[in-house]
Amino acid sequence: MRYLLPLGVFIVVAGFLFYGLNLNPREVPSPLVGKPAPSFQLARLDAPAEKFTPQEMAGKVWLLNVWASWCVSCRAEHPVLVELAKQQIVPVVGLNYKDQPDDAKKWLQHFGDPYLLSISDIEGRVGIDFGVYGVPETFVIDQKGIIRYKHIGPVTADSLKEKILPLVERLARG
Amino acid sequence: MKTLLVLLMLCISAMAMANTAQPSAEEVRLGKIAAELRCLVCQNQSIADSHADLAVDLRREIGEQIAAGRSDRQIIDYMVDRYGEFVLYRPPFKITTLLLWLGPALLLIVGVFALRRNLKTRRALVIDAPLDDEERRRAAALLATPEERDAS
Repeated sequence: MRYLLPLGVFIVVAGFLFYGLNLNPREVPSPLVGKPAPSFQLARLDAPAEKFTPQEMAGKVWLLNVWASWCVSCRAEHPVLVELAKQQIVPVVGLNYKDQPDDAKKWLQHFGDPYLLSISDIEGRVGIDFGVYGVPETFVIDQKGIIRYKHIGPVTADSLKEKILPLVERLARG
Repeated sequence: MKTLLVLLMLCISAMAMANTAQPSAEEVRLGKIAAELRCLVCQNQSIADSHADLAVDLRREIGEQIAAGRSDRQIIDYMVDRYGEFVLYRPPFKITTLLLWLGPALLLIVGVFALRRNLKTRRALVIDAPLDDEERRRAAALLATPEERDAS
């Protein structure tokens, strides 16, 4: 009887700690989910004279993928995006975050370009508006320009199959 | 040699002093706001302490907003809008953070009660057994210092 209380406390604490082991502290829920994507105007990577705004994607469900040539995890993620582009399920816009356009172009030439287009956020200001803190990040944006989901870290075949694509499909059905 | 060394050190400290210009009011404000915000790249550092790229960018952003005449509250809200309440080192007081704020006080109260109960049961366990005269004399003899023993 006298050991029951400490044992109970131990079990509760151990339970919390065990649960905590499986949490990812890097995944901070974004306050932007459910809100309109921040508006911006940035130069296209392939044609800096042309500007892109998210309004151009109105009426479509699309992904905004934040990437950079200096980002190691982006390289791990890249084949998944290339594969996705082949299937032509959903357009992906690349936000080239805090990168040198020359490096970025070389990177795409080397590894393949899965993007509908990429835009250059050289100073990272649009990144701040989107609350980007760990590249790569991927946003699912619906027809009305509302952010529906934010994926932090590299997109994997699993996360695509289990989370992102089902959501895209559901949104596309309206 | 020693004098030379002392002179050298004096020179260096004088140079160091010359470099520490008084920070401007804007810089002080920037530092204060940055210290309140968590750097999401290295989560155990504030934006003021961190050298991560993002922290540098956010410090620049804070500086620009101060220059644009925005209040501390507005700047902090700007960050919360983008990165969520997780960026605040001082979490707001609301339903979901109730346990966080009141938990320690709650634990203290529970602890004090537990301690009181424990002390009470322990006091009850002590058996009051007064010594009689003979025992008292023996105890005094045992505890006496050699000088006292000689005197008696």
